[in-house]
Amino acid sequence: MTKPIIRIKGLHKSYGELEVIKGIDLEVVKGEVLVIIGPSGTGKSTLLRCINLLSSPDKGQIWVDGDEVTAPHTDINKIRAKVGMVFQDFNLFTHMTALDNVMIGPSKVKGMSKEEARELALFELERVGLVEKADAYPGQLSGGQKQRVAIARALAMSPKVMLFDEPTSALDPELIGEVLEVMKKLAREHMTMLVVTHEMGFAKEVSNRILFMEDGNIIEEGTPQQLFYNPREQRTKEFLGKITELYGEEG
Amino acid sequence: MAELAKFWEMIWPELGRGLVVTLRLSAGSLLIGLLIGFPIALMRVYGTRWMKALATGYVDAVRGTPLLVQLFFIYYGLADPTINQLLVNLGLPEGFLVLEKITAAYLALGCNSGAYQAEYFRGALQAIDAGQMIAARALGLNRLQAIRYIIIPQALRLVIAPWSNEVAYMVKYTSVVYIIAVQDLFGETRRIMSAHYNQMTMLPFVGMIYLVIVLLITWGMGRVEKQFHIPGLQIDVERV
Repeated sequence: MTKPIIRIKGLHKSYGELEVIKGIDLEVVKGEVLVIIGPSGTGKSTLLRCINLLSSPDKGQIWVDGDEVTAPHTDINKIRAKVGMVFQDFNLFTHMTALDNVMIGPSKVKGMSKEEARELALFELERVGLVEKADAYPGQLSGGQKQRVAIARALAMSPKVMLFDEPTSALDPELIGEVLEVMKKLAREHMTMLVVTHEMGFAKEVSNRILFMEDGNIIEEGTPQQLFYNPREQRTKEFLGKITELYGEEG
Repeated sequence: MAELAKFWEMIWPELGRGLVVTLRLSAGSLLIGLLIGFPIALMRVYGTRWMKALATGYVDAVRGTPLLVQLFFIYYGLADPTINQLLVNLGLPEGFLVLEKITAAYLALGCNSGAYQAEYFRGALQAIDAGQMIAARALGLNRLQAIRYIIIPQALRLVIAPWSNEVAYMVKYTSVVYIIAVQDLFGETRRIMSAHYNQMTMLPFVGMIYLVIVLLITWGMGRVEKQFHIPGLQIDVERV
């Protein structure tokens, strides 16, 4: 049995009065692509953010690659360096070229030399097909290109796991494909991925497991086959019906 | 023409001296203001509760009182015998806070500018999208690194435009120091006027000198802003 890269036990998280995560247990093994779906405001993004402590959990424990994130004296920056994150609105560093965006993690967090970091950054940009944009600023890139640079920035840290928080939701429809292509490529290279998305085509084609979340709970989980063609819960069926109608099946 | 040349010859040595004082005073006070304002802005945005309170207190106190009151406080107030005695009792040398006129001028203008500059820097720091900090932390940069490598370089670019206003204000505000008898451009002007009763010539003329300096600064800062411009990094001004 493969050891889990991520293990979550009894996770709770509230924002003020509002409890957004109501006791979640989850294990993700190496090389697994887990897609998390569900209506807006049901704690999907918060779940991702708890894994690298961008949000601090109220209760429960989280382990990443064997280290307990939630332990009192964890060096959180060390753990974050092992967890890549890709955001809905890209959050590329506005004042840096694509190359510098990808270089800064390895050089400032890992202490890599300028030359090494540069070489690595060019390699990662090549991986997302944007090496010719190395000297462009984010303001000169399309949304799809920005997101691919953001993926390269995360990959440059050689993460054990990648978290994708609605990576295509802010993109024009014609730019979604290029980002999904990069993500599919990563999946083929056996990157462990947690993906919050509404792209059902991607979920069907690439994921090993789908998690349906609603109201801070995991309602149902299973293989794409199970969830799409034979859902156990009525809510899952309703949601998948609606989302397929809205977004179509193709990613 | 000949008359004008003679007049110019007569006033230039004094006016030139005053102009140098004004320019030095402006540059020095802006620098002092920068050294005060930038850390205060950082304290206000990223500091602990106490640092925030301290920084806010400073900014409010300075912005809420007249510059003249501050100038008099630093020049006359600190020279008060009771304060002097207090300092001597604390083991400081006699007349420790009895300042030279020009020193008092630098300090008053610098401390005053510091509060305004703090506000400009604070505005720029807060204009940076929160996602920048989140993405930096997610990469594994610690808070200090994120502020230093991600937030500050962006804020410094955004602050150039408002900061150039402060430069223009400063050049004009330095003229208040004539009141503690610092011989700056305006101080010299007053001396010339009282000797020759020629205020109708002198005032427009000196006004023009200030105007030219301000225009040069505005032009220069515009160049600087262009030099450091990065596509996509600006505060979007929405026009309705």
